[in-house]
Amino acid sequence: MRTLVTLSVLVTGLMAVLLAGTRWSDATITPGLALDLEGGTEIILHPVAEGGQQVTPDAIKEAIDIIRSRVDASGVAEAEITSQGRDNIVVALPGEPDEATLALVRESAQMVFRPVLVVAAPTPTASATPTATPTATPTAAPAADPTAAPAADATATPTAEPAASPAADVTPTDPSDLAWLTDALLAEFEALDCTDPANLSGGAARMGDPAKAIVTCDESGTAKYALGPVEVRGDMMTGASSGLESLPGGGLGTKWITTVSFDGAGTVAFRDATTRLKDLESPRDQFGIVLDGLVVSAPQVHEIIPTGEAIISGTFTRDTAATLARQLNFGALPLTFDVQSEAQISATLGSEQLQRGMLAGLIGLILVGVYSLAQYRALGLVTIMSLITAAVLAYLAITTLSWLQGYRLSLPGVAALIVAIGITADSFIVYFERIKDELREGRTLTAAIDQGWARAQRTILASDAVSFLAAVVLYFLAVGGVRGFAFTLGLTTLIDLLVVFMFTHPVMVLISRHRFFADGHPFSGLDPGLLGARSRYVGRGRVATATEPADRRREPMPAAADAGQIGTERLTIAERKAAQRRAAEADQARIEGEDA
Amino acid sequence: MASRMGQWGNDLYTGRRSYDIVGHRKRWFVVAAALVLLSSALLISRGLNLGIAFRGGSEFTVPSVTTTDQQPALDAVASIEGAEPPRVSVVGTDTIRVQTSSLTDVQTSSLKQALATAYGVDVVDVDSSFVGPQWGQDVTSKALRALVIFLVLVSLVLTVYFRDWRMAAAGLVALVHDVILTVGVYAAVGWEVTPATVIGFLTILGYSLYDTVVVFDKVRENVRGVVKQKRFTYSEMANLALNQTLVRSINTSIVAVLPVAAILFIGAFLLGAGTLRDIALALFVGILVGTFSSVFLATPLLTWMKDQDEEFAAHNATVLAARAAAPQGQESRVRVGALVPGEHLGNRAQPRRPSRTPGRRP
Repeated sequence: MRTLVTLSVLVTGLMAVLLAGTRWSDATITPGLALDLEGGTEIILHPVAEGGQQVTPDAIKEAIDIIRSRVDASGVAEAEITSQGRDNIVVALPGEPDEATLALVRESAQMVFRPVLVVAAPTPTASATPTATPTATPTAAPAADPTAAPAADATATPTAEPAASPAADVTPTDPSDLAWLTDALLAEFEALDCTDPANLSGGAARMGDPAKAIVTCDESGTAKYALGPVEVRGDMMTGASSGLESLPGGGLGTKWITTVSFDGAGTVAFRDATTRLKDLESPRDQFGIVLDGLVVSAPQVHEIIPTGEAIISGTFTRDTAATLARQLNFGALPLTFDVQSEAQISATLGSEQLQRGMLAGLIGLILVGVYSLAQYRALGLVTIMSLITAAVLAYLAITTLSWLQGYRLSLPGVAALIVAIGITADSFIVYFERIKDELREGRTLTAAIDQGWARAQRTILASDAVSFLAAVVLYFLAVGGVRGFAFTLGLTTLIDLLVVFMFTHPVMVLISRHRFFADGHPFSGLDPGLLGARSRYVGRGRVATATEPADRRREPMPAAADAGQIGTERLTIAERKAAQRRAAEADQARIEGEDA
Repeated sequence: MASRMGQWGNDLYTGRRSYDIVGHRKRWFVVAAALVLLSSALLISRGLNLGIAFRGGSEFTVPSVTTTDQQPALDAVASIEGAEPPRVSVVGTDTIRVQTSSLTDVQTSSLKQALATAYGVDVVDVDSSFVGPQWGQDVTSKALRALVIFLVLVSLVLTVYFRDWRMAAAGLVALVHDVILTVGVYAAVGWEVTPATVIGFLTILGYSLYDTVVVFDKVRENVRGVVKQKRFTYSEMANLALNQTLVRSINTSIVAVLPVAAILFIGAFLLGAGTLRDIALALFVGILVGTFSSVFLATPLLTWMKDQDEEFAAHNATVLAARAAAPQGQESRVRVGALVPGEHLGNRAQPRRPSRTPGRRP
């Protein structure tokens, strides 16, 4: 069977890749385990607000969110991030995290305002063609427009480059001066690829020197920026809020806006900056609001803002306006994290406990084997073999993924695997019962397998599709432990399909050629007689009547001929006639007996 | 066992033996509604015992221990009245950390004492503090959002696949029933709800739908073209489908529940693997309830909804009228079964000349 060969090639291939990985790379032959099963490294962070301010619980929450998004973006599976006591943050990472991951956690997240020098599409370009964004939405209030998606603009007007080259050795006069764009910076800008997720993880390293220009990406990876030196620091803000715009007439408009307010120093700095930016050409009239190294918004300045109250408007929804306000609020109270302790921790589920649980699960698996043997006789062996194939595939897939993708198996993942036993076995059960149904209708085993497969296939596909849908939706929309579970569920569903299509069905077709099964040996689990088929066509014009006793074969009974036991049944004409004939024969026999 | 089961399955398939599940649907509806009400009442009155991961709790650290076995800590916590199984881990090389649900001051001091005795350290060295929830609000809200989107999508998929919105609706009702019952059992038992339990509930969601889809697929096959014939009603054909898939339902639920039951009963109760019991209980209850609902709730509900439909109500009336007009009026029950082919009778099935001589057989 070609599919069986394909499957074994697949399995051997996976094994070979994995072994090669262990040999020449850092793969292991056992899958990586998550925090709850293996333990890891625990870091206790103590957040300190700049200027010795009180750290609010909200700020701690924000900090936890920022750390979680950093860690999630870096691909580490299922880190646990909690608050401890009143103002500590505990981050537990599975296994032994590398230095880069640890740095990611420890870093503080700061916000700064830098003037935009050049904006470009996110992909690397051979010659940097800064895309100007000619958006000049006139607004009455001292408002600015976030035009953070210049990628949409096809018109490339290289405004920056000609000015930059001659100014290379000139000392920049103000933060918006294009002289900041040195050749080295331009080269870096050209090479930057913001579609690469690695460049979107944020972190202190991306914040750069506050006194120099930097290049960085938009938060969503839709644009890249070259930004001048820091003009306003996050801690110069006093707060931000979001809401509907207020109209000149006093009512509320329909557009969502975010309002930012600055303290004394911030008001002065912001006024000076807006005074300069207002008259510059696009895109140099934009502010880049940089949080944790990434541009979260780049509003355009329309007016000088002397009051320290700025309004950012644009294509906001309620949620995006609120998100920006929250980010600004966090930026207003930047936290730095003191590492209080860093220690190895063991698995949170006791290891002895887990071993006992696994032992119990193994006993359960053996019971499954015993049950399917009792229920399906030799077919039970097919079930067991299929389950073993599925287990091998799942193991290989998980190990490969934990090597390539950093996937780690957690307790929820184990739960998904346990339930997968049921769902996988169900595919075989549905299939076998279908085959039996077809045998009951008098088909030969080969025909029954063909017909039963055609029907079972649909059921299996439909029900697995539902499981897979659940897995996909949960994986893409949920976070934390739920994701790990969804991933494992999706994986096992795919493996289930793979095994049924490439192992169980071909094996059934193969064994149906064997006499043991084709002739319906009582121990094959496919005995048509036991299944109630009374006759079946065996070729050459003959019909075999499976296990009917010889005398009954001479006097055939129609389908419900034992109507005597089921008295209330409706008799067919043939059944009535058969009954009459039997009665007549009985009479005849009695007469003959009397004659003798 | 197999042969008797085979015979039974055979009888179920042909309709020789049939359990009238759909016919007693009112009874099942009452049972399901009562169970859901009971679960809801339990949920409201007792509530769920949310674990440390959701609410935060107390944390104890025992420094400079001589043994890093976790069992003494588990035993120490178990000796405190009303304490849930803790999360015990080894921090560094010689520090034991025990996290429990929030404890009262009395409990805290007695647990400190117990831990100090268990590990042979001075009681003043045992440190306690409060830990915050690790399963933050955003994890819950994102999971809920994912759930809602999943339910909407799955109803669309089922409606398209079965070409019948009622099947999707019945499947979702069964799903809600399963989840409420499982959560209700949790409220009744009063065990701590951990993230693993929540994952268990999500698993049940998937399993319940999966099981229902398998049964509905057979129903759909049986009721194809049901309005074109006048012998059986939709409900009768659906009931036949239930009977025909009964062996599958039983086998599948046994196979699915065996490993879970082993973990729950052998693991948690005999071997004392308390940390797995929460997820095992959720799965155990959920699989049983899921199987129950796909047989006794989803399909009867489907037939009920179908009977409300004008087209099917008219068809029911036609079938019943045709049945009443049938010549054999004494029949009380109609056998609904799969078509079983007749037997090849050879020339014995041919009409034959009546024998003229009595006593001689042809």
